[in-house]
Amino acid sequence: MNKPKLVLVGNGMAGVRTLEELLKIAPDHYDITVFGAEPHPNYNRILLSPVLAGEMTVPEIVLNDLQWYADNGIKLHLNKKVTKVDRVKRQVVAEDGTVESYDRLLLATGSNPFMLPIPGNDLPGVIAYRDIADTDAMIEAAKTHRHAVVIGGGLLGLEAANGLKLRGMDVTVVHVGPWLLERQLDEVAGRMLQQSLEERGLKFLLQKNTEALIAGESGRVAAIRFKDGMQIPADLVVMAVGIRPNTALAESSGIHCNRGIVVSDTLQTYDPKIYAVGECVSHRGIAYGLVAPLFEQAKVCANHLAGYGIGRYQGSVTSTKLKVTGIDLFSAGDFMGGSDTEDIVLHDPAGGVYKRLVLKDNKLVGGVLYGDTADGSWYFQLLREGKDVSQIRDHLMFGQSNLGDTGHQGHNKAAAMADSAEVCGCNGVTKGVIVKAIKEKGLFTLDEVRKHTKASASCGSCTGLVEQILASTVGGAYQAASSAEKPMCGCTEHSHGAVRQAIRERHLTSIPAVIEALAWKNPNGCEKCRPALNYYLISTFPHEARDDPQSRFINERAHANIQKDGTYSVVPRMWGGVTTPNELRAIADVADKYQVPMVKVTGGQRIDLLGVKKEDLPHMWADLAQAGMVSGHAYGKSIRTVKTCVGSQFCRFGTQDSTGMGIELEKMLFDMWSPHKVKLAVSGCPRNCAESGIKDVGIIAVDSGWEIHVAGNGGIKTEAAQFLCKVATAEEVKEYSGAFLQLYREEGFYLERTVHYVQRVGLDHVKRLVVEDEDNRKALHARLLDSLKDAADPWAEHQETPARREFEPLTF
Amino acid sequence: MSQWKNLCALEDIPLLGSRVVQHPGGDIAVFRTDGDAVFALHDKCPHKGGPLSQGIVHGQRVTCPLHSWNIELASGEAVAPDQGCTARFQVKVEDGRVWLQA
Ligand code: SRM
Ligand SMILES: Cc1cc2nc3c(=O)[nH]c(=O)nc-3n(C[C@H](O)[C@H](O)[C@H](O)COP(=O)(O)OP(=O)(O)OC[C@H]3O[C@@H](n4cnc5c(N)ncnc54)[C@H](O)[C@@H]3O)c2cc1C
Ligand code: SF4
Ligand code: FES
Repeated sequence: MNKPKLVLVGNGMAGVRTLEELLKIAPDHYDITVFGAEPHPNYNRILLSPVLAGEMTVPEIVLNDLQWYADNGIKLHLNKKVTKVDRVKRQVVAEDGTVESYDRLLLATGSNPFMLPIPGNDLPGVIAYRDIADTDAMIEAAKTHRHAVVIGGGLLGLEAANGLKLRGMDVTVVHVGPWLLERQLDEVAGRMLQQSLEERGLKFLLQKNTEALIAGESGRVAAIRFKDGMQIPADLVVMAVGIRPNTALAESSGIHCNRGIVVSDTLQTYDPKIYAVGECVSHRGIAYGLVAPLFEQAKVCANHLAGYGIGRYQGSVTSTKLKVTGIDLFSAGDFMGGSDTEDIVLHDPAGGVYKRLVLKDNKLVGGVLYGDTADGSWYFQLLREGKDVSQIRDHLMFGQSNLGDTGHQGHNKAAAMADSAEVCGCNGVTKGVIVKAIKEKGLFTLDEVRKHTKASASCGSCTGLVEQILASTVGGAYQAASSAEKPMCGCTEHSHGAVRQAIRERHLTSIPAVIEALAWKNPNGCEKCRPALNYYLISTFPHEARDDPQSRFINERAHANIQKDGTYSVVPRMWGGVTTPNELRAIADVADKYQVPMVKVTGGQRIDLLGVKKEDLPHMWADLAQAGMVSGHAYGKSIRTVKTCVGSQFCRFGTQDSTGMGIELEKMLFDMWSPHKVKLAVSGCPRNCAESGIKDVGIIAVDSGWEIHVAGNGGIKTEAAQFLCKVATAEEVKEYSGAFLQLYREEGFYLERTVHYVQRVGLDHVKRLVVEDEDNRKALHARLLDSLKDAADPWAEHQETPARREFEPLTF
Repeated sequence: MSQWKNLCALEDIPLLGSRVVQHPGGDIAVFRTDGDAVFALHDKCPHKGGPLSQGIVHGQRVTCPLHSWNIELASGEAVAPDQGCTARFQVKVEDGRVWLQA
């Protein structure tokens, strides 16, 4: 069968990245042909700066060598510029006459450097800084010439100037603006930067307008003259004054352009057969000039080219770093601020540190860091995800690690840590081991570091620190992925959100159906995605989708917690932490009968029987059932416990019956599966003896009713719960709590606790759907009750069904 | 010399699951994959001895329930970058019955 033909024009970073994304999700979909005007395979343009500075070589920056094209069956036309697109015949024509037909065309022609329209701009020795040829020209010039002038004090200009200086030239940077990098830095940071570059021997002429470039005797450029009459020698002039989207080809073939090839959120041009990505594109009026947004475009575009039709590109917030070794500079978002924003500033001129954070409506909207950029990626994450920072405002400036973190308080700069310092407390991994693995194995992403070193692969509390180490080791090439966009696992490129949406909208009701519809790479998925998919299916279609025990972690399959020696622990439910002499007797009896090595009171107000053999489990459960006890789900991503205090029944301060309220809530939620475990507490007064302030749902009784707090967490990183609302009656407590939990069940990503879920969607979103909208609240609560309507004790089920066989060993 | 012994019916092993066989030399885990292929490994993870029989089976691999190493069912080898190997045993399916040599 003939495959459809895909032609890519522009063998650069955005175009080839799109092909890579496409090959990942639909490897055999197209016959692919690529045209590139440059004679090189796809290389990392960003790293031209280290090449110029002599820190790397050209072969080191190649991203896809010729073998890669061959291995993927891609026909490659190097050194061939496409000059015509015939949209009627669906053909492209190159300068040398090569013709290729297409069914889908992808334009990724990048941009052209802007050359100032002044006399002499075409003299030999006057160049731009865009590609390998330019970089080679600069390296050659530095060998034989002395005076270099760089026009433009932006990122590119400064990186060029720094490189030429390191190659021994006498370098002057000419800039029209009032300070350097005025598009990335405020004035204070701009001046600090200028000072440290001057200390390295660079010269600056600010607020200078160039009038002409003047030729010398040989015909090569020899001097530069400014409008104020000043003239200085120049035998190499690098223009770095901006770029213009390269739309020549698109325009000549009649595709709508307006400062870029105009594309929709699916990266389609006005001709639906033609897509465009990269710097040549104008999306919602913006043409981006940094790779991170282009890579996001590439991903969405690939998804549509593959015919999946999920995902839209909705624009990006960008951040920048200057790649001059030894200078730390980071800026993101709206760092200049305005009349409606507030600034938090830290300035230590002697220490060479300047930080400015710009806030608006309790959200971080911009920031500039100079001298200490360790927290750059954290700030950027807060900014991009639009998180409410009012709670952490007073220590925001001091960075993420100052927020406290039980794993490793004290270390706040990955770069300053000793190699022997332990980073991951669960797996005993030191900084030295991580850095070594990153360098030797060429790791780029958090996932790769996790796989190779196990750092942050267990409880995850050191994730931020590992990301910092990664960023400081690989430098500008590191991009922290946004949690909402990360692929679920190695089986797919789709994120949790996209998968949940596809399940709901396409009415997928079994794991094989999802794996087929979304073209999973592994036919049975893996240990990471199967449990997630199983949860998404049963929570989306409660009575329709069938639970798949084989896709559950052993704890949930065996209804008991596996221990390090392969035995299990058994925790019967004690509603609201209340028990009876009969229950205690039954527990004592089974402990004797099955020779349980340890009986322990848990942190969740109940009793744990530890060290039980698997084959004893069904018998023990049957004995406990006799005394009326059911499973405590201590093993599940499910409702765990509802802790209570004694409350008004006995306590001299109690205002309401907190114990009774807790029991009612626990009964309402019995057998509820959720994205992660769910813990509640009910306290009888604000003294809060049940610790309601660190629970997924914490209720605090007051004289006039009940306060409901949500999204607290007492685990890896303690987070206080946030106040949701106050209600008057016990019925309302159940309705609001139930509605909140149902919202979490429908929108949460697998293994996301309520605290992280609410951080992601925002408390306002929750309030809107649960507190303010009564109809919606009632509907959510009703859906919760409906999905729990035939909840049964999992221990009882296992005493009858054939699944029981799993508990019986075979003999040989 | 160990000989082939009739263990159980194929259906007695859950699809994408396993059963434990008690053996004087230590428990053996017998796995059944998606395509009804059957494999047998010593029920001890090369990492810290976790019971592999209790893991999630996917493709021709099982993920150990204790710290999530992946083990190849056919070879008993840990999937890179982890390193280690657990012993294999011969198994076969004939007329819907599972035979084990151990
Ligand atoms: C038994 C118990 C400890 C005890 O002896 O008291 C316990 C034992 C385990 N906890 Fe816990 N946690 C126990 C109360 C807690 C509490 C306190 C509480 O519930 O009030 C917390 C902090 C509160 C919270 O969750 O917000 C707690 C936070 C964790 C966490 C961190 C969760 C987080 O999101 O930060 C984990 C790891 C996880 O779930 O991924 C964890 C995981 C575990 C596991 C299941 C580890 C595992 O995956 O095997 C432990 C099982 C041990 C075993 O061999 O059986 N345990 N664990 C407690 C059972 C309570 C119960 O009756 O159900
Ligand atoms: C020195 C330097 C440093 C940089 N540093 C950073 C940085 O630190 N961080 C960052 O995010 N970004 C940086 N950038 C910007 C980044 O490199 C670009 O945003 C990115 O390369 C744009 O990708 P693209 O695919 O759109 O364009 P390109 O990578 O330019 O690819 C376009 C390709 O299309 C080819 N082409 C054009 N027209 C035709 C045609 N008609 N036929 C055939 N081929 C054609 C061109 O020759 C080119 O190879 C830097 C850029 C430079 C020059
Ligand atoms: S019981 Fe909880 S705190 Fe204790 S070792 Fe296990 S996971 Fe860690
Ligand atoms: S014992 Fe198997 S992964 Fe640790």
